[in-house]
Amino acid sequence: MRAMDKKLWRELWAIRGQALAIVFVVVGGVGIFVMSLSTLDSLYGTQKIYYQDYHFAHIFSGLKRAPLSLAKRIAEIPGVDKVQDRVAAQVNLDIAGFDDPVSGKLLSLPIDNLGVLNQLYLRSGRFIDPRREKEVLLSEKFANAHQLRAGDSLHATINGKREKLTVVGIVLSPEHIYQIAPGALFPDPQRYGVLWMARKPLASAYDMDGAFNDLSLTLTRGTNEQDVIDRLDDILKPYGGHGAYPRKDQLSNRFFSEDLKQLGTMATIFPTIFLGVAAFLLNVVISRLVGLQREQIASLKAFGYSSISVAIHYIKLVMVIISMGLLIGVGLGIWLGQGLANIYTAIYSLPFLAYTLEPKIIASAMLVTATVALIGTLHAIAKASRLPPAQAMRPESPPIYRQTMIEQLGVQRWLAQPTRIIIRNIERRPIKALLTSLGIALACSIMMISGFQKDAIDYMVDVDMAMSQREDLVALYTEPTSAQSLYSLRSIEGIEYVEGFRSIPARLRFAHRFYRTSVQGIETDGQLLRLLDSELDSVYLPSDGVILTDYLAEILGIQAGDSLIVEVLEQHRPTIEVPVIGLIKQYMGVNAYIKRETLNRLLKEGNVISGAYLDVTDSQETQVYRELKDMPRVANVIIHDKAIESFYDTIAETILFFTFMFTLLGGVIAFGVVYNSMRIALSERSHELASLRVLGFSRAEVAYILLGELALLILIAIPVGLLIGYGLCAYIAFEFDSDLYRVPLVVEPDAYSRATSVVIVSALLSAAILWRALGKLDMVAVLKTKE
Amino acid sequence: MVDLPVEKAVVFRTTSVTKTYQMGEVRVDALRGIDLALYAHEFVVLLGASGSGKSTLLNILGGLDTASEGQVSYLEQDLTHATDKQLTNYRRDHVGFVFQFYNLIPSLTALENVAIVTEISPKPMLPQDALSLVNLGDRLHHFPAQLSGGEQQRVAIARAIAKNPDVLLCDEPTGALDSSTGVVVLEALERVNRELGTTTVVITHNVSIADMADRVFYMADGRISHVDSNTSRTAPSDLHW
Repeated sequence: MRAMDKKLWRELWAIRGQALAIVFVVVGGVGIFVMSLSTLDSLYGTQKIYYQDYHFAHIFSGLKRAPLSLAKRIAEIPGVDKVQDRVAAQVNLDIAGFDDPVSGKLLSLPIDNLGVLNQLYLRSGRFIDPRREKEVLLSEKFANAHQLRAGDSLHATINGKREKLTVVGIVLSPEHIYQIAPGALFPDPQRYGVLWMARKPLASAYDMDGAFNDLSLTLTRGTNEQDVIDRLDDILKPYGGHGAYPRKDQLSNRFFSEDLKQLGTMATIFPTIFLGVAAFLLNVVISRLVGLQREQIASLKAFGYSSISVAIHYIKLVMVIISMGLLIGVGLGIWLGQGLANIYTAIYSLPFLAYTLEPKIIASAMLVTATVALIGTLHAIAKASRLPPAQAMRPESPPIYRQTMIEQLGVQRWLAQPTRIIIRNIERRPIKALLTSLGIALACSIMMISGFQKDAIDYMVDVDMAMSQREDLVALYTEPTSAQSLYSLRSIEGIEYVEGFRSIPARLRFAHRFYRTSVQGIETDGQLLRLLDSELDSVYLPSDGVILTDYLAEILGIQAGDSLIVEVLEQHRPTIEVPVIGLIKQYMGVNAYIKRETLNRLLKEGNVISGAYLDVTDSQETQVYRELKDMPRVANVIIHDKAIESFYDTIAETILFFTFMFTLLGGVIAFGVVYNSMRIALSERSHELASLRVLGFSRAEVAYILLGELALLILIAIPVGLLIGYGLCAYIAFEFDSDLYRVPLVVEPDAYSRATSVVIVSALLSAAILWRALGKLDMVAVLKTKE
Repeated sequence: MVDLPVEKAVVFRTTSVTKTYQMGEVRVDALRGIDLALYAHEFVVLLGASGSGKSTLLNILGGLDTASEGQVSYLEQDLTHATDKQLTNYRRDHVGFVFQFYNLIPSLTALENVAIVTEISPKPMLPQDALSLVNLGDRLHHFPAQLSGGEQQRVAIARAIAKNPDVLLCDEPTGALDSSTGVVVLEALERVNRELGTTTVVITHNVSIADMADRVFYMADGRISHVDSNTSRTAPSDLHW
């Protein structure tokens, strides 16, 4: 090995502490970067392959009943490629050993079990034998939630008749990556499942022989989606069509896509912040590390090494360090990415996960890291090379110190000499002090992000699920029912209060913008559902207009006072015009509220409701929903607390994972920065400090000068870091806005104190290491040699 | 001792060289017009007090620094207007340096400290041979921290001569050493000059060392005050201070 290379390895070993700290910073940045982006790519890739291979449809529509011949007519619409008709039904399920109400969607399967669209992936067991009537396939999520396997059985109430069904296979469907009950906010696989059975028995149970009530189709390339939807709606209108919708509005796809979009946000913002911070720190740390070698650089040049070969030597040194960081970072990123992707595969019903790591992800991580490291290195070398070697080898001329501004104010008589050294030092090299402070501030700020998500979600759930929606249970009817039915609900023992509501799917339109959601007709003085404004005060709902979620108003570009067009998607599908009379704050969902009587009147229907919010005595909850389950008109019961629980179940794992990652890697970066700052300060000033020791300063007094300066910088850095952290949280909250939920900007005191503690603990740890190093300052060497 | 060659080939020639630089807020006129000629194979001592400008002159001769005004040439080569690359090549191919504080690379052993120079030289000697020449053949694998000051300085000399330089420039080579160690170092320099014929310039403020030189340049205030020629050179072992 050449002597220069030996020098490289030995010096690397000598600065292993600092090198390791730099490695940490790179690992943190690169790890998060690779993890997030590879997970994202993998999920997008999986989605694409899944949709393609299993022929996920482009357009969907429900309807009341149409003859099979109609499907052929639909297939003739120009631009339509394949059409799949089927029978769909909402059923109540009964699973041995599980008391809560369980509902399901029962779908018919073509004779070959596959059909042309929305084909099933068979995870275990077998497909249905079309000759046997009572066989079903279960969606995997649902089967897992109840530990049902092929061979097990369950009961379903099919059109009022209780049937025993035998599970023959467990399947996954591209239509149900995200399985969510109608009207529910979150998936709850224990209480909602999707089932498939042969068409013949299902059709005869629902009087659908030779008919269908559910349709999906694909388009040929280049077809205008909206044209086909309009044509389809026209054709289905006489048959009670519910309004066709494109793939992007398909519930499962929408939720999944929204989640991917959020993951995308997370996968770009967080790693960008992390890598950016890491890059900045790397630059600062490396330029100072190389700057320390000023004399050696001069010596090498004196021997006849050219500036370029000296630069290459230090570039090698730096590249070895960051390569280790990159290597570990990429490895860690892949490992975590696979872990995260597995979590996502479990959350979503995906049959497989194609974990992909695009080389360009690694390449960009390398490029960013290497570039900033290189810039830092070259900057320092250029600075060292600018001096003629003779001058570089001379002790640096005494740096120019002045009385500081603080001292000029006349404060100096209260400041001891060591304190003056600290202040003058900071004032003399303000840029360096600023960079150190900024580095620590950034480390502090990324720690804030980690706690923010949980705080925000807690707040969101608290406002929407506790303050606004206060019911214990929601009973959803199979079809609009007279409000008289509330009396029979109220008569159930344990139900203390009932509040009916009318809900109708609709397309809301203002100017050229529209949004598909449901309009909720509710009670004006509702006790169980309260509308809240941004100050969390109750909003009065007058009878002459509609109140919108502020996010919906934003989507539609509508304001209070404007006229909203509501195209109802059920019944005789009237189009009505209502003035917007106010906006409310809701973090989850996108809703429009109107007084129930008004809605009933606009729909020209009687005093009907779609369901009811129920307030139930705690001890009798089980009893109550058992009774509700037996009521034929009740299609589904949503248990409020279970909904929250299932929400947390859904997100807990990802949130936990991310919080853990950000805390860990944020902490690593924080420590890396603080430790390196201290270490370099020691190297730069060991001569001065040792001289002070020679003059009789104690170790503590010397430590005061060194650590005091850093303490001061850290004190400045923390509030700045918290401020930047708050800004980052605000940015993330803004980027996370989606139809499903808006992340409120809530940062609990916890997050501030956690970020602060991590920085302080890092500082204390570094100080402890430095304290030991100060004990080893070589005083004799100081007397003998120049600086 | 060698007799001066009959034909005195001029190695260095300077004409009206001045050097001014900024030390913090102070402007320093380090050299105020230096005219000299140094000959091949001679052993020259530059004598002067601190701040007399001798180090500055040495650095300019060695291509570590450039003159503010005036002319400097090495053989046929003009050093005054040389580019950084030309100066680098000049140092690499022709000049050996010995510094007051050795400037060894602490992470490399004695042998490696020499090798780091021989690896980039066109006509080097073996690092071991260079170290043997300064009587350090038995300390090849010691790190600088394991060597005494005199030994470190001898490694520095070995490093300087290992490339077979045409000139050897030494800045206070004994400045950080006690007298007996200093003598050993000077013996090494004398031996190199004698056996290899390397033109050697030593700067010092130690008057005793002047006796071992062919010629002595006295410097004060950035000028050469006068030049002495010794008719005979004193052996280092006979020097005392």
